[in-house]
Amino acid sequence: MTDRLLELRSVSRTFHLGTRQVRAVNAVTADVRRGECLAVVGESGSGKSTLANLILGVLPPDPGGEIRLEGEILPHRRQRRHRQAIQLVQQNPLSSLNPKRSIGASIRLALDVHGIGDRQDRPARVGALLEEVGLPADFATRPPAALSGGQRQRVAIARALACESGLVVLDEPTSALDVRVQSRVLALLAQLRAQRGLTYVFITHDLSVVRNIADRILVIEAGRVVEVGDTVNLFESPRHPCTRRLISAVPVIGAEEVAFRERVRGLAEGLQEAAGGTG
Amino acid sequence: MTPDVTDGAVTGMAGTGDRNGARETGKSIDTLAIRDLRLRFRGYTETTTVLHGISMRVAPEQRVALVGESGSGKTVIARAILGLLQLLPGAIVNGDIDFEGQDLTGLTTRAWRRLRGVRMSMIFQDPTSSLNPVFTIGEQFHEVHRRADPAIRRSVSGDRAAAILEEVSITEPDRVLESYPFQLSGGMNQRVMIAMAMANEPALLIADEPGTALDVTVQDQTLRLMRRLVDSHRTSVLFISHNLGVVREFADRVYVIYQGRIVEEGPSAAIFRDPRHAYTQALMAAAPRITGGGIPDVSEDEPAFLAPREVHPPEPTPTGDG
Repeated sequence: MTDRLLELRSVSRTFHLGTRQVRAVNAVTADVRRGECLAVVGESGSGKSTLANLILGVLPPDPGGEIRLEGEILPHRRQRRHRQAIQLVQQNPLSSLNPKRSIGASIRLALDVHGIGDRQDRPARVGALLEEVGLPADFATRPPAALSGGQRQRVAIARALACESGLVVLDEPTSALDVRVQSRVLALLAQLRAQRGLTYVFITHDLSVVRNIADRILVIEAGRVVEVGDTVNLFESPRHPCTRRLISAVPVIGAEEVAFRERVRGLAEGLQEAAGGTG
Repeated sequence: MTPDVTDGAVTGMAGTGDRNGARETGKSIDTLAIRDLRLRFRGYTETTTVLHGISMRVAPEQRVALVGESGSGKTVIARAILGLLQLLPGAIVNGDIDFEGQDLTGLTTRAWRRLRGVRMSMIFQDPTSSLNPVFTIGEQFHEVHRRADPAIRRSVSGDRAAAILEEVSITEPDRVLESYPFQLSGGMNQRVMIAMAMANEPALLIADEPGTALDVTVQDQTLRLMRRLVDSHRTSVLFISHNLGVVREFADRVYVIYQGRIVEEGPSAAIFRDPRHAYTQALMAAAPRITGGGIPDVSEDEPAFLAPREVHPPEPTPTGDG
């Protein structure tokens, strides 16, 4: 029995910009284990979002690469069941929800497209999904504009849940939110993962969020995987300069955090040998 | 290039003393003093109160942060300082805003033009959309320079622009000046914005969520550059942010705003060491920590968040500024 839900094998993606070629994702080989939260971190332009698009099938990979879901090679042109199996939550829920539809209709559409449940049960299902993400069921009639940023992000999560997929790609899901709202949404995501046995690919550049939600971390730089490891290990002894740089740049508020970051900055500047370095 | 920015609010505070002495005039006139600023918006059926009497000050060369969540009123304060809010029909503004000792209430349009972009300037969250896409960076610098000196020649403006771009670590200023904003990266545009905001040597720089649209490493570099620049030009800064970590890195003094009220104020080090107001405590408790500890458990809004403001005494400094 494999615990690999998603397998990426030498997945690349080249963009042709006039005469220039940019390999945004370069021979990425990685596994996403069933039930884990795998964080994909990197600076902007590192290829995080292209990688997400490849996983979702929005972009086909270059020839030679392979993406497998539950052992099955995903075709470049995905079938409906493939699209149902992997869902996306984006950074900005205001632009990902249709402003003319009520949020109930947006969730309902996902149920209709994928033929989930009986037709007559679907309104109740929409209500149940809203309650599952912590919103009152009667919010279904409201337009997205009537909701706060955090509420909209909950709707986006409810819509992803509607498809009953096992794998959810979260692309900076909380980066646009205030800190208190962010923590609530993160707590909801953690709770849903536990209750539904979901698997997350969590794309972000915010290392303090990653520290508290991810099981494993994949660091990418210029389209390549430069470091991968368990969250605790990777924070305790980050090896690659890119990882150290990302950790060093996190704005922090606590004295302990400052001390921790200073240690990583020391590593980043190559001063650590003498100082020793255990957490 | 060695960043001369030391880490941490504590060292930041140590620098405060010698920068607070109002060296230029020898007097201690605040760069900005806001007293009891109230803002209401007239709606169709009712009037909504947005600011409930904001008082705050920015001393010369001080870096002051206004931190709060979205909807707390921080951006409208910036717009009020720039005199833009008062232009909105339906906005009812009361209270005093003094800028370098001058009352801004009832200033003429011409007088505002001499201030905005000259003595006070602003940088925005998203640099790429705040720069004009159909003009080169050089042309936009020229426009900025002309606000202070309408007769300035393009060549003189170009030289001055190149000099300030070098100060924000742009190594090929001439190439950048010939570029359009969309030809530059977000981080580069952010630096251009900072340089442009500083082009006329303003007394006050208002920075509204600078770098939020950028990733952490670029944000970190941007803040260091900005800090170095305002230090060397002795510019006061009003820094608006929802990010506590960024505020801690950047500011000498912090005002925490919640629902249109200042709930806590004091030296940055004191606020982060000893947050006293229930809201400030909740805000800090909600931030995920890089040292771990799990996702914080966040409570709903509490009545205690509306408790009176907590004021920390000034930290002892050599010059004894408050």
